[in-house]
Amino acid sequence: METAPKPGRDVPPKKNRLQAKKKKPRRYWEEETTLTAAGAFPGPSGNKKRNRELRHQRPKNTNFPKKSRISRKPQLPKKSRELRNPEPQRSLSGAQDPFPGPAPVPVEVAQKFCRIDKSKELPHSKSKTRRRLEVAEAEEQETSTKAALSQLLLVEEPGFLEGEDGEDTAKIRQADIVEAVDIASAAKHFDLNLRQFGPYRLNYSRTGRHLAFGGRRGHVATLDWVTKRLMCEINVMEAVRDIRFLHSEALLAVAQNRWLHIYDNQGIELHCIRRCDRVTRLEFLPFHFLLVTASETGFLTYLDVSVGKIVAALNARAGRLDVMTENPYNAVIHLGHSNGTVSLWSPAMKEPLAKILCHRGGVRAVAVDSTGTYMATSGLDHQLKIFDLRGTFQPLNARTLPQGAGHLAFSQRGLLAAGMGDVVNIWAGQGKASPPSMEQPYLTHRLSGHVHGLHFCPFEDVLGVGHTGGITSMLVPGAAEPNFDGLESNPYRSQKQRQEWEVKALLEKIPAELICLDPRALAEVDVISLEQEKKERIERLGYDPEAKAPFQPKPKQKGRSSTASLVKRKRKVMDEEHRDKVRQSLEQQAQKQEKKAEPTRARPSALDRFLR
Amino acid sequence: MSAARAAESLLALSQQEELEDLPKDYPLSPSEDEGDIDEERKHQKLLEAISSLDGKNRCKLAERSEASLKVSEFNVTSEGSGEKLVLSDLLRPVKTSSSLAAVKKQLNRVKSKKTVELPLNKEEVEQARTPLEQEIFNLLHKNKQPVTDPLLTPVEKASLKAMSLEEAKMRRAELQRARALQSYYEARARREKKIKSKKYHKVLKKGKAKRALKEFEKLQKDNPTAALEELEKIEKARMMERMSLKHQNSGKWAKSKAIMAKYDLEARQAMQEQLARNKELTQKLQVASESEEEEGGVEEEGELLVPESVNEIQMDADGPNPWMLRNHSISTKEAEIKYPVQLPEPVAHETSGSEGEERPGAEEEILLNEFEERRSLRKKSGPNQDTEPVSRQEPKDSSSQEVLSELRVLSQKLNKENQSGKQKLSSARTVRAVQRKDPTEEEEEPLLLQRPERAQTVNELEELGKEGCFQNKDVPRSVLEGQKLERSTNNEPGAPKEKKKKEQMIDLQNLLTTKSPSVKSLAVPTTIEELEDEEERDQKQMIKEAFAGDDVIRDFLKEKREAVEASKPKDVDLTLPGWGEWGGVGLKPSAKKRRRFLIKTPEGPPRKDKNLPNVIINEKRNIHAAAHQVRVLPYPFTHHQQFERTIQTPIGSTWNTQRAFQKLTTPKVVTKPGHIIKPIKAEDVGYRSSSRSDLSVVQRNPKQLSKRHKKQLKKNSVD
Repeated sequence: METAPKPGRDVPPKKNRLQAKKKKPRRYWEEETTLTAAGAFPGPSGNKKRNRELRHQRPKNTNFPKKSRISRKPQLPKKSRELRNPEPQRSLSGAQDPFPGPAPVPVEVAQKFCRIDKSKELPHSKSKTRRRLEVAEAEEQETSTKAALSQLLLVEEPGFLEGEDGEDTAKIRQADIVEAVDIASAAKHFDLNLRQFGPYRLNYSRTGRHLAFGGRRGHVATLDWVTKRLMCEINVMEAVRDIRFLHSEALLAVAQNRWLHIYDNQGIELHCIRRCDRVTRLEFLPFHFLLVTASETGFLTYLDVSVGKIVAALNARAGRLDVMTENPYNAVIHLGHSNGTVSLWSPAMKEPLAKILCHRGGVRAVAVDSTGTYMATSGLDHQLKIFDLRGTFQPLNARTLPQGAGHLAFSQRGLLAAGMGDVVNIWAGQGKASPPSMEQPYLTHRLSGHVHGLHFCPFEDVLGVGHTGGITSMLVPGAAEPNFDGLESNPYRSQKQRQEWEVKALLEKIPAELICLDPRALAEVDVISLEQEKKERIERLGYDPEAKAPFQPKPKQKGRSSTASLVKRKRKVMDEEHRDKVRQSLEQQAQKQEKKAEPTRARPSALDRFLR
Repeated sequence: MSAARAAESLLALSQQEELEDLPKDYPLSPSEDEGDIDEERKHQKLLEAISSLDGKNRCKLAERSEASLKVSEFNVTSEGSGEKLVLSDLLRPVKTSSSLAAVKKQLNRVKSKKTVELPLNKEEVEQARTPLEQEIFNLLHKNKQPVTDPLLTPVEKASLKAMSLEEAKMRRAELQRARALQSYYEARARREKKIKSKKYHKVLKKGKAKRALKEFEKLQKDNPTAALEELEKIEKARMMERMSLKHQNSGKWAKSKAIMAKYDLEARQAMQEQLARNKELTQKLQVASESEEEEGGVEEEGELLVPESVNEIQMDADGPNPWMLRNHSISTKEAEIKYPVQLPEPVAHETSGSEGEERPGAEEEILLNEFEERRSLRKKSGPNQDTEPVSRQEPKDSSSQEVLSELRVLSQKLNKENQSGKQKLSSARTVRAVQRKDPTEEEEEPLLLQRPERAQTVNELEELGKEGCFQNKDVPRSVLEGQKLERSTNNEPGAPKEKKKKEQMIDLQNLLTTKSPSVKSLAVPTTIEELEDEEERDQKQMIKEAFAGDDVIRDFLKEKREAVEASKPKDVDLTLPGWGEWGGVGLKPSAKKRRRFLIKTPEGPPRKDKNLPNVIINEKRNIHAAAHQVRVLPYPFTHHQQFERTIQTPIGSTWNTQRAFQKLTTPKVVTKPGHIIKPIKAEDVGYRSSSRSDLSVVQRNPKQLSKRHKKQLKKNSVD
C-alpha cells in the first residue's frame, strides 16, 4: 500500500540545493531512486480515475424539441494546462501554443469551492497564529482554483418544457411529450397495468437504473426499467407497506405486515428482521448505510445494514408513524405527525432535533429537496407548504389544494410532484436553487387509479408513480440532474464496478452518531469540553499555566537593585497595567452608553426619565 | 377559671344548636341554603368557643344581633331600650327575700276579701258633668272603649277568649322564630357584605339579574300589567343612565384602569365591559313589529331582513371562535346561542328577538341559512360584491329582488309560527336578547381569569383564529364573508390597543397565514361521490380540522413553553430550613436567608428558536457527535475560532481534485520501508559543512524551519 505521492517525471535534477528544496519536499531516498521511481510509477493514479469517470459520461438525458443539444460531447478539461509554463514554448514540431500562460480561472466558480467562513471577526491573534491562518487561506485558494479548473466544461443541460407565448405547459399531455421526443426517451414512458395486487409503492435504486415495486397484496418485483428486464418477481403472501433498495440494487428491503424482510435481486429472502415490526415506511441513508424504519408502534429504528446491528430505536411519542422522509443533505429523518408537526430526528439523540409546526391538521406527506434547503409538507388542512430548512424553518410558499396532497416528492433539480387522488401535479421553480413556485403547475397527469407512491428517478427525467392500477412512468422534462458522477452513482456501471464501488463506499461509511442538524458543526471545536478541560487542568495544577506571569524586576547592579527600588519598579508596572484596565473599561462604558442613547436620541422627552 | 367559662360557652352552644334545630322542623323554612348558613354559624360559634379557651378573647364584646340564650353579663347593653343602664338595676335582687313572704300573703288575702268598699261609686266617676265631657264619653261609648280601667277592649277580650293557651304558646313560638330568622338573615347579610371578593359580588349580582329576568318572564305570562310596570322601571333606569356619566369610563376607577389597560388584559376587559354595560343600559327598547304590520309593510320588512343575515355573520365573526365562520351556514342552534351579538346594534336588535324564537324550530333556521348561502353565491356571481349597506340600497337588482322575496316568504312563515304563542311580549324579548349577551362574557371570563400567565396565549389563539379566517378567503364561497369580517374587525373598539400584542406574534401569524394563489387546477381529482355530497363532506371535514387545528396550536405553544422552561438553567438553593431559626411544617426560611444562599446560575445564550414561534429546536448537546469533535487547541492558537478557520477546508478526495488532495495530505515525514537510516553525525548537525544529501529527516517546508536551523544554514553558507 503506497499512499505517498509519486515524484513526477519533470523533477529537475537538483543543482542548487536550496532551490530544489523550495520546490518539493525532498525525500531521503531520492538521490538514488529518482530515475527508477519515475520509471516504476508511470503516472499519478488520479489520471486513471478521471479517465474512467469521463468514459462513463454519456449523454443520457431525454431531449425534447424545445431545446436541442448542440454538442453532446463534453470537453475534456485539459490537465496539461496546470503544468504549462508561463512563457510560450515551441514544441518539437514547431507549433506555437495558441493559449499561452496559465488557464484563466473563473472567480465565481472558484468562489464556490471556498469554504472558509470569513464573515466572522476573529479575536486578535499573535503573529505565529496569523501565519497559520494565512497558510490555511492560501491552501484554500489553491485547492479551490484547482477544483474550478477541473470542472466539467460544456455539461449537459437539463431539458425543459417552455410554453410558446403564454401556452400553459400543464396542458401538454404525456402523449404529446412522448410523440415529440426520440424513441429512446419515449420508451421511458410506460404503464404497468397491475390491477390485481392493489396500490403500489415503488423505489428507484440510487443509480436510477433499477425499479422495485411492491403491491399492497404482496406482489414484489424488481426490474431494470430501462431495458425492461425483470430481475425477480415474487409474492410474499403478506401485505407490503413499503419497499426500498439498499445501497445497491442487489438488496431490497420490504416492509411487510409483520416484520421487515430483506431480499436479494433474485427474490431470495436473506433476512427477516423481527426487531422491526409493523413497519409502515422505509428510508435508506446511503452514506451511513442505515436503513430507517418507522413503525405503527411509534418507533423509529435505525438499522446499520453493513453490520446488521440496530443502531438506535427511538420512541417518537407521537402515535403511529406513517409519514417519513430523509434529508439528503444532513441525513436527518423528518417525521410527520397527526398534530400538524414535523419532527427532525438523528440516531444520536433520544429527542427530536427540532419540531416544526406546519399545519393545523395532521401532516399527510413530507418531502425534502436534494440540497436539503426546502421541505414541502402537505396536511389535512389541504395546504401544501414549502419551508426553508436553513435555520429558520419558516414557510416560504403555501397553497391550498382542492383535495390536499397525499404524496410528495422532490426531484434532483427541485421539481415538486404532488399526488392528489388520481392526479399528479408537478411544480417547477426558476432554477435549481429556488423553491418551486406554486402559481402554475408545470405538468399535470391523470392516472387510472389513486396515487400511492411517488418517486423521481435519479438521472432520468422520469417520475415513477405507483397507484391502485399499477405503475406509471411519466416523462418530466428537466426533473433530473443530467450530469452524474461516474464514481459515485453510475447508471451504466458493470457488476465489477459495482463491487468496487461497494467496497469504497463501505470504507467511507460515516458513523451514525455524526448525523446532526448542521453537519458543518462537526468542524468546530467542542468549546464546552475545552473549557471544562482547561478548568480541570487549572484545578489539578493549582495555577493557570496560560496566565501571564507576574512581573519580576530584573536584578541590577550598583546598588540600584535595592529592595525599595525593586518594589518601586514593580509598582510602576502594576500601576501601568491598572491604568490600562481602567482606560479600557471606561471606553467600554462610553460605548455602551452611546449604544443606549442612540434610540432615544431621536426625541428626548421629559418623560424619558421614567423609562426603564 | 377560663376553662370553666369555655365549657360554659360550649354548653350554651349546644343549647343554641337545639334552638336552631327548631326552624328546620317547620315546613316554612325559607330556602335550601339555610342549612348551610346554620352550619356556618355553628362552626363560627365553635371557633369562638375554642378561641376563648386560651383566655385571651374573653372580654370580646360580641354584637348581639340574634336571639340567643347565650346572654353574657359582659355584653349587656341598653341600646334597644333607649334608657340608661344603671348599676343599681343590675344589683337589685331578682327574687324578693323569703322573710317578706308572710306579709305578702296577708296582703293578698286582704285584697281577695273585698270587704273594704271604695268610698265613691263607679257611676259617680263615670258621670259626665260638663257638655264637653259628655261628648267625649259619647265617643268613647260608641267605640266601646273601656273608660275607667285601662283594660282590654271587648274585641280584645273576644280574641282572648278565642285563643286558647296552646294557641298562644304556638303564636309566641312562631313570633320568636320569626324574630330569630330575621336576625339570622341580618347576620348573614352583614357577613356577605363584608366579603371583599369582587368576583363573588359580581357573580352574585349576575345571579340576581338572572333571577330577576326569570321572574320577569314569569310575570309576563301571569300578569302583563305588572310586567309593563317593570318595563317602565327599566326605561327609567335607562334614562338615569343616559343622564349620568356612570359607565362611560370617566370615573376615577376607569381612569386608573385606562392607564393599566395598555399592559393588563384584565383591565382592558373590565373597561370594555363597562362600556358594554353603558351601551346596554342606554339601549332603546324597541317594540318588535307584529305580523300584521309586517304584511302591511312587506318591502320594509324585506329590507330589514337583509341586514339580519348580514349581522349574523358578523356575530359569528365577533364570537370567540372565528372558525365557526365557515360552518355558519350549517351551524346548529347552539352556535347562535353561544355567539350572539357582542356589540349590539340597534338594527340587529329588532331581529334578535325573533332570532331567540327561532331556537325551537331549528329547521327553519337551516332553511334560512340555505337561502342566505344561495344569496351570497348569487351575489358573488353578480357585478356587485359590495357590503351590506350598498346591497340594501339596491333592492331593484333583479337577483337580489328575487332573494328578497324568498326571504320575505320565509320570514313570514317563521313569524307566523313563532308569534302565535307570544305576541305581546316581543318588546320584552328584546331586553332578554340584550341581557343574554352576559353569559358569553361569563364564558369568556373564566378563560381569562383562569391563568393570568396564559392570557397571552389566549390572545395568540384569538389572533391565530382571526388570521385563520382570513385564510378562508381563498375558499371561493367566503369572499364576501371575508370582507365583512374585515369590516367587523375594524369596528372593534379594542383593536388599536391590541396592536402591540399582535406584533409579538406576527411570526406565528405569518406562518399559518397563507397568501395562496387562487386554485385553478387543470385536472381536478375525480371522486366517486357527487359534487354536492362532497362539498358537504368537505365542510364537515373543515370544521373538524378547524377544531383540531385550534388544539394543535395551543398544544404546540404549550410544548414549546415547557421545552423552554426545561432548558433554562436552574438556580441552586442552598438554604437549610431550620438552621438558625425555627423550623417545621409550614415554616419557611426567611427571605433574607433564602436570598443569601441562592446561587443564581448565569443565563445561557438565547435560544435558537427564540424568534421562531413555530419551531422547537432541541438545545441539548449531542454527546455522540461531540466525541468526534476537536477538544484541544493546538499550540499557536489562543482562541477556538482561529483554529476552526484552519480546519474548515476539507482535505478528503471527495471534495478535492486528486492533486490538491495529495498536496494537502503530504506527510511531513515519510519513511521508506527497507531503507537504512544512518545515524546522525556531527557534521549533519552543522559542526562541519558537509553534503546534506544524507540528512535523514527533512523539513517539508523551508519556511517552517526553526530559527536556530536557519542560523545554522546561514553559518554554513558563510563558511
